[in-house]
Amino acid sequence: MTDLISTVVAKYNYWIYITLMMIGLYAMIAKNNLVKKIVGMNIFQTAIILFYVSIGVKKGATIPILEHGHGPDVHHVVHAVDYINPLPHVLMLTAIVVGVATLGVALALAIRIYNNYNTLEENEILTQVREK
Amino acid sequence: MKIIGLIIVVVTGALLIYAAADFPAWSDPASPASTYLSPYFIEKTMEETSVPNIVTAVLADYRGFDTMFETTVIFSAGVVCFFLLRISRREEEEPETRYYRHVLTGVTIQLKEGYKIPPSADFERIDAVWTPPDLIIKTGCRILIPFIQLFALYVIAHGHHSPGGGFQGGVILGASVILFAISHDLRTAVRRMSEKLIGILCAVGVSIYAGTGALCLLLKQNFLDYSALAGVLHVDPITARSHGILMVEIGVGIAVLATMIWIYNNISSAGRYRQGL
Repeated sequence: MTDLISTVVAKYNYWIYITLMMIGLYAMIAKNNLVKKIVGMNIFQTAIILFYVSIGVKKGATIPILEHGHGPDVHHVVHAVDYINPLPHVLMLTAIVVGVATLGVALALAIRIYNNYNTLEENEILTQVREK
Repeated sequence: MKIIGLIIVVVTGALLIYAAADFPAWSDPASPASTYLSPYFIEKTMEETSVPNIVTAVLADYRGFDTMFETTVIFSAGVVCFFLLRISRREEEEPETRYYRHVLTGVTIQLKEGYKIPPSADFERIDAVWTPPDLIIKTGCRILIPFIQLFALYVIAHGHHSPGGGFQGGVILGASVILFAISHDLRTAVRRMSEKLIGILCAVGVSIYAGTGALCLLLKQNFLDYSALAGVLHVDPITARSHGILMVEIGVGIAVLATMIWIYNNISSAGRYRQGL
């Protein structure tokens, strides 16, 4: 039992990301309103960002900016265990900005749909499409 | 639909939880993600690029191609918003009655059927429903915006030594202009930074990035291998890589700045470019 609890505690970042991701997925599938679907997509995205950033963490390490970076004696010996993994940060840095840009495109599409059908509810749009 | 969605979510969640059992524990230094490629970056970045911020070095140098196309994605997102909302508005008729407000006296005049006032500083065009911007908010933002922009420039220029870089600085710069558009109105913001200028800046940012890469190609090195710039900048190849990173970060900053404003302008006014929010 203590074994199970220690496993659950040791991997708590995964439980948070799974919960967030499933909230986003449910919103994308089950919600009727297109803006709510877009919000769900963003929650999904946040879950992935959380997942990546939590993977980069190392115990006892600091942010990936080298100490004594400038100055004449730049050739300090750098140990990889002292700094957290920079790769997830690089990937998520661009993903956040691209996420904002895609959110903009999604909202622009929603505005166009609203102009055409005068509603953002999916079932009402579908009935209008079928009637035509 | 809700039941099906719930079933899908529960099944996917169960699969992910099952998979998470094989994942390394949180903050484990020996996890696969931290042992394969990242030690190379952490240990070699300083000798190879002389940039203390590893994230910046990996972003703009080691993974330069990836970042270039991320910038292109942002550029295309801005263009798509423009095409979706703005282009289709062009054929729409202008409203028959136009309203102008005399800035000094606050007198509003109404013009019918296509009459226009020649552009001048005395009159500003307003919508039929117009709320004057709040004085406290206007003044507060006017004080804040220069400092926000200064901070954004610091974030771009200091991306080598502290957290920051082109993406972050560009977003802060864009946010300052968006704050201006919110605190005043969209027409004022577009007068200061026209649609054409935003479109050009957007393309210029991506071109600076791709152009830096092409310059390296012309100097007989690989695309985006900044050590080729050593001869042009009169520095050693390692410092040249650091300077090349700064050049592409500036390009990224300009592209992100322009795209953020472009997307905001188009979405907040649904492509009409009137008063906005």
